[in-house]
Amino acid sequence: METAPLLKMSQISKTFPGVLALDKVDFELRRGEVHVLLGENGAGKSTLMKILSGAYQKSSGEIELDGVPVSIKNPRHAQDLGISTIYQELNLIPHLSIAENIFLGREPSKFASVIDQRALVRAARELLKGLGLTVDPSARVKRLGIAEQQMVEVAKALSLETRILIMDEPTSALSQQEIKQLFATIRRLKEGGVSIIYISHRLEELFELGDRVTVLRDGRSVATCEVAETSKPELIRLMVNRELTEQFPKRQATIGEEILRLEGLTTSGLRDISFSLHKGEVLGIAGLMGAGRTELAQAIFGVEKIEAGQIYVKGKARRITSPRRAINCGIGFLTEDRKSQGLVLRLSVGENLCLPSVDKFTSWGMVDRNKEKLACRRYIQELRIRTPSLKQKVSFLSGGNQQKVVLGKWLCSEAEIFIFDEPTRGVDVGAKTEIYELMDRLTAEGVAIIMISSELPEVLGMSDRVLVMRSGEIAGEFSANEATQERVLQCALMA
Amino acid sequence: MRPNGIALRQNFLLHHARQLGTLSGLLVLGLVLWVLTPHFLTLSNLLNVAEQATIIAIVAVGMTFVILTAGIDLSVGSVLAFAGVVMASALHAGAPLPFALLAGLVTGTVCGLVNGLLITLGRLPPFIATLGMMSVARGTALMYTGGRPISGFSENFRWLATGEVLRVPIPVIVMIGIYAIAFFVLTRTKLGRYTYAIGGNEEATHLSGVNVRFYKTVVYGLAGLFSGLAAILLTARLNSAQPIAGMMYELDAIAATVIGGTSLLGGEGNVLGTLIGALIMAVLRNGLNLLGVSSFLQQVVIGSVIIVAVLIDMALKRRGKYS
Repeated sequence: METAPLLKMSQISKTFPGVLALDKVDFELRRGEVHVLLGENGAGKSTLMKILSGAYQKSSGEIELDGVPVSIKNPRHAQDLGISTIYQELNLIPHLSIAENIFLGREPSKFASVIDQRALVRAARELLKGLGLTVDPSARVKRLGIAEQQMVEVAKALSLETRILIMDEPTSALSQQEIKQLFATIRRLKEGGVSIIYISHRLEELFELGDRVTVLRDGRSVATCEVAETSKPELIRLMVNRELTEQFPKRQATIGEEILRLEGLTTSGLRDISFSLHKGEVLGIAGLMGAGRTELAQAIFGVEKIEAGQIYVKGKARRITSPRRAINCGIGFLTEDRKSQGLVLRLSVGENLCLPSVDKFTSWGMVDRNKEKLACRRYIQELRIRTPSLKQKVSFLSGGNQQKVVLGKWLCSEAEIFIFDEPTRGVDVGAKTEIYELMDRLTAEGVAIIMISSELPEVLGMSDRVLVMRSGEIAGEFSANEATQERVLQCALMA
Repeated sequence: MRPNGIALRQNFLLHHARQLGTLSGLLVLGLVLWVLTPHFLTLSNLLNVAEQATIIAIVAVGMTFVILTAGIDLSVGSVLAFAGVVMASALHAGAPLPFALLAGLVTGTVCGLVNGLLITLGRLPPFIATLGMMSVARGTALMYTGGRPISGFSENFRWLATGEVLRVPIPVIVMIGIYAIAFFVLTRTKLGRYTYAIGGNEEATHLSGVNVRFYKTVVYGLAGLFSGLAAILLTARLNSAQPIAGMMYELDAIAATVIGGTSLLGGEGNVLGTLIGALIMAVLRNGLNLLGVSSFLQQVVIGSVIIVAVLIDMALKRRGKYS
């Protein structure tokens, strides 16, 4: 007995300046089902859900709720329609009580907007009981564990008479025991008639919990199938099966002697990381978000505190406790977030280029601006940075050119080991190719590159070797020949 | 290949559009006052205005450095009073003049460095660290003197305020010298470069290998140093070091800095603007006095000017008149 779906999103597209994030995606949700949304990082899952929850506006397409077309204007409107979201980052106010959080903005009041505390606590207790939770509703939220805080969010969603609950990777911070509880809650919600959209990377969860699954890839919906009728290998194939359209330069570097070696490196987020890197090599690091890739880069660059293990640069043990020391060891770090970590947006192109290496142009505290200008001109030319002048504020440059400025910073500081964290994020296709070619040229000159990337084609297209990380450890290593999208993704996903 | 003179000048104008705006504000203000009261535009009055401006202007140099790093220093006025009484008591104890002056400068600098260390090593917000120092320095100055001013100094010392070179008062010369040095430091030295970078994006600067803690501490030390310098000039002018000197100077210095176009968010602005800002405040006070406006109304006018100046600045920025 097939009834009309509760929610039908058809032909949804979303463009951001320069990027097509969603391309005619179809998605359907039945009453009382758990529908898993599956896809790699950047496949468009979050964007699709943000459109549904009113955080983003779709560029085109239709949304029908109960067969009636709706246009969701903002998050408040989505709530009124019965759509609630529980984000990975929970949205609770730590200093308020559980009850106050649940009814924030909708507090029951007696008169003159004096909050009726008793009614508030009573209503909250009612809701929590329905979820099988026995905490005191007047306890501060900051005293709760993550799992309990999540329950508060669920209670909040229920109090809004939610029909569609979106959960974004809800298990990523939970222990096994807590996950079990969460699943029990989800089943209870389902019996209560709530439909759940469940975003997750973890395939095991999908088979335990899901009714149906929709796979997204590169902003397109690839397939929707019944969980019972599919298998892990098939899902992995659906997630990665794409043509390699991008052009990667033919790598021409010869791999030389070892330049960097990690032995048993351990930090608060990393366990026992060992590998070595050679001159002229591109070492790709793949893994899902939160697998510890950025933490690894930060540990090598002196940002994360190293608890155990040793870093060797050119065979010598080095204690890297600050970025300055890392730079002195010849390491350069192109951070994932250009704008907040890579550049000083209010300063000029020239000033940014020389920031790590002003010392080279300084005598007696004074900056020799002519010498500096010469160096900057050289890198602007070499990297083909498109800027009207050295004095142009870097904020006015395009994403690709900004990325080249960051790259120039480290060339200027004469780095020999480059760590690229998501080097082509937010960069248009043309600039991407240019960055790949630059990486190739760098390695041809003997530079060694560690490239962290969520884009598998990029990792496979550029790397001489691929390390796969999972929960703070190295889960596998592949040579360029062995590495395929299926193998790498499987290694990143499987526990 | 050096740019020729004209291009250089154009470039300078382009990069100081914001300061030119403030400057035209100052000129308009002068013009209005000239029309309203003929006495305004006499050499002796103008020099008087400049001299009135010196103390705040010098304190505001340090404030500009601090605000450029996206910080704030509420303690400058109290540190000024503290440095003043330390120097004055050294003079009264018979210390040689250079030594006493040094004692004043060192006192100011040390207070500033303590601020800096509280902020960098203690991780206190600048507002809190310097608010504490404001109270501690003021209280120490009051305890030290028993609340009484230390007055009466040698002619040699007072010459620092009363002396003239080519009719220009010494404090004005000192002020101009300080601004020239500060301008140079901000545009040509590593310290200046890092000051802007830290205010623009502290994390990116740290990740570029800059010792952010060190440079921030130095900047607060500088603010203290300039308070010490202002203390010397003020004490020489009044022939008295008062433990209650410099009350509210921190606010005047912040106002001068902000009117001069330095962003409270850090990373943007320069000392030329601050100088003009300090002059605007002084001209305004002077003009209102000449016009016989009551001191109560003066406060209202000055407060309004600060607000209007920043409103105009923000409106222009939104329209992208200058970057």
